[in-house]
Order: sequence, then structure tokens, then C-alpha cells
Amino acid sequence: MKLFEYEAKEIFKSYGIPVPRGVVVSKDDNIREVLSRENLEPPVVVKAQVLVGGRGKAGGVKIARTWSDLERIAENMFTSGVKGVKPRLLLIEELVEHDTELYLSVVLDRASRRPLVLASTEGGVDIEEIAREKPEAIHRLHVDPFVGLRGYMARKLGKQLGFNGRLLTRFEALTTTLYRIFAALDAELAEINPLALTSDGFVALDAKIIIDDNALWRHSDLASEGRLELSGEYTEWELYARRRGLAFVELEGCIGIMGNGAGLTMATMDLVLMQGGKPANFLDIGGGASAERVKTALELLYKYPKAKSIFINIFGGITRGDEVAKGIVAAVSELGQQKPIVVRLSGTRAKEGKEILEKAGIVAYEDPLEAAKKAVELAGECK
Amino acid sequence: MAILVDKNTRVIVQGITGREGSFHTKLMLEYGTKIVAGVTPGKGGAEVHGVPVYDTVEDALAEHPEVNTSIVFVPARFAPDAVYEAIDAGIRLVVVITEHIPVHDTMRMVNYARNKGTIIVGPNTPGVISPGKSKVGIMPAEAFTPGPVAIISRSGTLTYEVAAQLTKIGIGQSTVLGVGGDPIIGLDFTEAMKLLEEDNETRLLVLIGEIGGDMEERAAAMIERGEFTKPVVAFIAGRTAPPGKRMGHAGAIISMGMGDYKSKVEALRRAGVDVAETPFDVAKLVKKHLT
Repeated sequence: MKLFEYEAKEIFKSYGIPVPRGVVVSKDDNIREVLSRENLEPPVVVKAQVLVGGRGKAGGVKIARTWSDLERIAENMFTSGVKGVKPRLLLIEELVEHDTELYLSVVLDRASRRPLVLASTEGGVDIEEIAREKPEAIHRLHVDPFVGLRGYMARKLGKQLGFNGRLLTRFEALTTTLYRIFAALDAELAEINPLALTSDGFVALDAKIIIDDNALWRHSDLASEGRLELSGEYTEWELYARRRGLAFVELEGCIGIMGNGAGLTMATMDLVLMQGGKPANFLDIGGGASAERVKTALELLYKYPKAKSIFINIFGGITRGDEVAKGIVAAVSELGQQKPIVVRLSGTRAKEGKEILEKAGIVAYEDPLEAAKKAVELAGECK
Repeated sequence: MAILVDKNTRVIVQGITGREGSFHTKLMLEYGTKIVAGVTPGKGGAEVHGVPVYDTVEDALAEHPEVNTSIVFVPARFAPDAVYEAIDAGIRLVVVITEHIPVHDTMRMVNYARNKGTIIVGPNTPGVISPGKSKVGIMPAEAFTPGPVAIISRSGTLTYEVAAQLTKIGIGQSTVLGVGGDPIIGLDFTEAMKLLEEDNETRLLVLIGEIGGDMEERAAAMIERGEFTKPVVAFIAGRTAPPGKRMGHAGAIISMGMGDYKSKVEALRRAGVDVAETPFDVAKLVKKHLT
């Protein structure tokens, strides 16, 4: 779960990481009043609180020089949104004068299975871009999760970045604090980019925290009810599926996909592409799905407007072919065959499953390529 | 020979009294896996499918000192505790079936295991099977048959699919290992490949990867360095997966510009690996290399 910038900055502040002075406003607030209460006035930075990538480039971050500027920008952001996502809140902050922009983050390093601190003097752009353009500018430090990030390690990193004296000890405090946040919040990523270097020291101009979904039960204060709906992280149909406990990702094409297991479902999408079609979604019913679950998944693809045809690809292992077939038939007999359905069944109880399907007038294929081809043909041209 | 599990494997099942634990204990026993004890705190003295249940791993090992492997079905919140218990009892191999363990817990757990010399498979894995010898996992037994091909995979269903096709054309498997679908896992591709390089029963390796992380790239680098010398056939799922979206598995995500399909396939092809276009072509390629 990604936190909004303003939430991450509140956490930073509570741990003692300096952030710009700012306020959060919603559409109905009187911006002048809210800012005046906090002794803030233009020039300010206006930042749409959305979780889409490339927010700055998409017009989600603007500088307002005057009050009228500010009101116009805010109005604009609320109504037109960023990449189609309308923010519920804007973060309005003082402008922080600074010379240098740095990069600092703590991530999970999959290869070493350890936390990894990344620091660079080339901040302000994506870390991917730094890694591509100037990989030698990224300094890396692996941390033993049982020892944690000790002061001397952070100082060593600070030295590599060229800090001395007071700045070195401040960098140490900042980095060890960011690590503490990473560990305390079960974060997959805790990132400050850009990290401004001012005459007063370091200020986190942006803040990004991603919390491990599997650890949200430890952070119920952050994962409030209805939060996913507000986040803009998921599309309407992804939220619809999540509420029904289905792993679903919306895509651009027109062939509805259902599979069992993440790998097979992805491979099914790829198969459709190879047959000249475009998948409309990723939908994994998981292992050992019941007929009820299959029915729910099929109902979702019926409703999901992008899917023009439906390709169900099942290899029975723990999942049973006859259960899947029962679920499909239940949905079809209740709701009719609203969209063309192509089924490929193999593995455990595939034969029984095929009999169930054929009785209901649904063809089940053995060959996945042939089935994919049929699904593409039935969908017609994707718009 | 096979790797990780074989005829000498003696297993305890942690979480044996749960629904999944009990169900798969039955299937593993039917396969011929030597399950000698189960552990569920508070259920000591009970029996599950004829297997005696103990309160602690230590109790189980006191009665069954031959145990060298554990399989964990304990729910996510309590699974790390079970894994530490197994590591501290000195068990050599711990297979963690449990899904949804917080990744920081897994990170600490696998680091601890490494320091203690325990191999962890998973979490979020279907387990490991050496066909005809031992099955420590939840995979459907019918798909597998003994033979010369090892499979290492990040995906359960795709593994069954590929194994079933191989079995259908008469090519069996030495050891089939699911490494798990989480971002942080115990035994990974390159570590398993080190074991397989030494395994005289394995003549060819099938790698089933997916988007996210850099395990496939590291496997390719290992082959290029000449540290894995057997022929390799691979398939990578997720050619059409968009960046930044988690595709079912917690670990299947293209993030920070890393782990996309193209990078993996190019790295593998550069290392001389035969990369199949679809999982349904893998068996054909394997046959070509073996004959």
C-alpha cells in the first residue's frame, strides 16, 4: 500500500525528519483561511495528493506566486486531476530555497535478501534515470536486518557523498531515522527524492513510503476502511474485484482472461498476444478455487466492459476441472452466455469438467494455443 | 541422487492439524513421503492420519531424531515463529508453504537460516518433489515421473503444466522445485543451480521465471560464467504485464525499472539458454536437447 505524500511527511515529521511547512486542503476549504491560520502565503508549492507515477510531469506539482495564482491552480487540479485521477486533497507547502537536490532511500534488496540504502547526490530525477545515466553516482549500503543501520555505516555513506563536519552527523541522523521508519512500518520502500540541501541542513521535499500489503494488519492505523477507494492506486474494476477477493489487474485490450495461478494467468495473457489479440485483464482465481469462486470471477468478466470475449485457461492441480466447470455452468445458466466463452481445461478432473461443460453447450479445448486463437477471433477487433 | 529431498528424507509437518496441513499430509503419505511426526502447539498427543502430533519441534525430534526436513503450513502471522523453531532445532531443510507472510519477517527469517546453515524453500511455494522418492509439497503427484530433467520455478501451476507435458512425452524429472512467489525467498535460482550442477541424475534444467526482481538475470550470469554447464530451457511469464502492477504474486512486479520480460529473456538468450515462446513449447525444446 502506497502512502500519500502528506501521510508519509507526517510520519517523517513525527520521527524528526525535516519537511517543508505545509497544509492539506480539500475542495471545499477556503484556501486563504487555511493557509493564513498556519502563517503560510504565496509563493507556495501546490501538490496534488495522488499516487500516479510521474506526477510532476503530468502537472500535479505547481508553484503559485500569488493568491489568485494559487486559487486558479488549486481549482484546476481538483477539477481536471492528474492523469485522470482527481485528488481529494492538495498539499500546499512553503517554497524551500536550496542549492542541491539529493536522493536517499531504503529498499528491500531481493538478491541479498537485505535492506539496501541507496544514496546519490544526483537527486530530483527518478532513481531509474540515475541508474541509467550515471550509475557510479549511486552509493549502496547493505544492512543486516538483525543489526540495523548503525551510525558508523551511515557516516561511511555520508563520506562517500562528500559530507563533513556538521553535515555528516546530520546525514547520519537523517539516514538512520529513515531506516527506522522503513523497519517500523514494514516498508518495501522509504524514499526521499528530492532531498534538499539548504543552508540549514536537509529537508525532505518529497516523501514516498510503500507498506507491505501482507503486514497491514500490524498497521491498522494507516490502512483505514475505504482508503483504497480514495487512493487512486486501483481502477474502479480492480477495486470491485478486490472487494470480492479476486486478484485482478485492468489492461488495455479486449480479451477477458481468467486463469488459475499467477504464472499461468500471465502466460495466458502472453498467449493471447501471440495470437494477435490483446488481453483486457489479469484475473487469477488462485489455487483450489470452488465453483462459487469461479462463478464470481465469470460474473466480473461479464460486467467488465473491456472484455469482448472470455478465455478461461485452467490447469487442474489443486484446482479441480469439474469444480471450475460447475462454476462456469452456474454463471451461464443464471445469467446466460452474455459474451463468447472459450475454455481450456487440462489436468485434474479435466475429463469430468469437459463433460459438464459440453452438456451446457460450452466447448472445452485441450490445446491452449487453439483456444487462445478462438478467443481472439471471437472478440473481433480491439478498439 | 536428486537434490533437497530423496529416499532419506524424514519429515515433520508444522501445522499438521490445520485444514491444509492435514489434507496434504494425507496426500504426501499416499505418495510415499516418510512423514514421521507433526507439530501443533497445544495438540500434543493427537494423531493425524496415523502421524503422532507434538507440542513442539523439540518434543518431536526427541522421539524422532531421524527428522531432517520440515514442511510448514502454519498461518502467516505465526509461520515465522514455526520457522525459527525448526531452524533452532537444527533441521536442515524447511519448506514454507504459507502465503502472505510479511516480507520483513521473511527477510529476517531467511538471514537467520543462512547463518545457521538451514535451507529455506519458499515462502509461498508449492514445495519440492523428487519424483518416485519423496514429495514435500502440495503439487499434484500425477503430473510427475522420475527422470533426468530438473525444474526450478516461481510459479506453481506453470510447473505442473510443464511437468505434465514432459511426463506425457515420456520425459521424467529428477527434482522439481518451486522457489516461491514472494519478493524475498530462501533458496533461489542460482543457489538451486549450484546443487543441480553437482547432481548426477540431472541432465537438463528447465527454468520457469516471471517478471519482477533479477533472479533470472543472475541465473543467466551464472551460466555465462560457466558455473552451470548443463543445457537449460526457460520460459518467462509476463510478456504483456504492465510496469508497476503486481501480477498476483507479491514478487511479480516490474518496479524501479527492473525485472521486465525483455531484460530476462535477453540475458538468458545471451547465456545460450533456449527460451520458449509459450509454456506449451517447453517440452518440445527439452526433447530436442535430450536427443
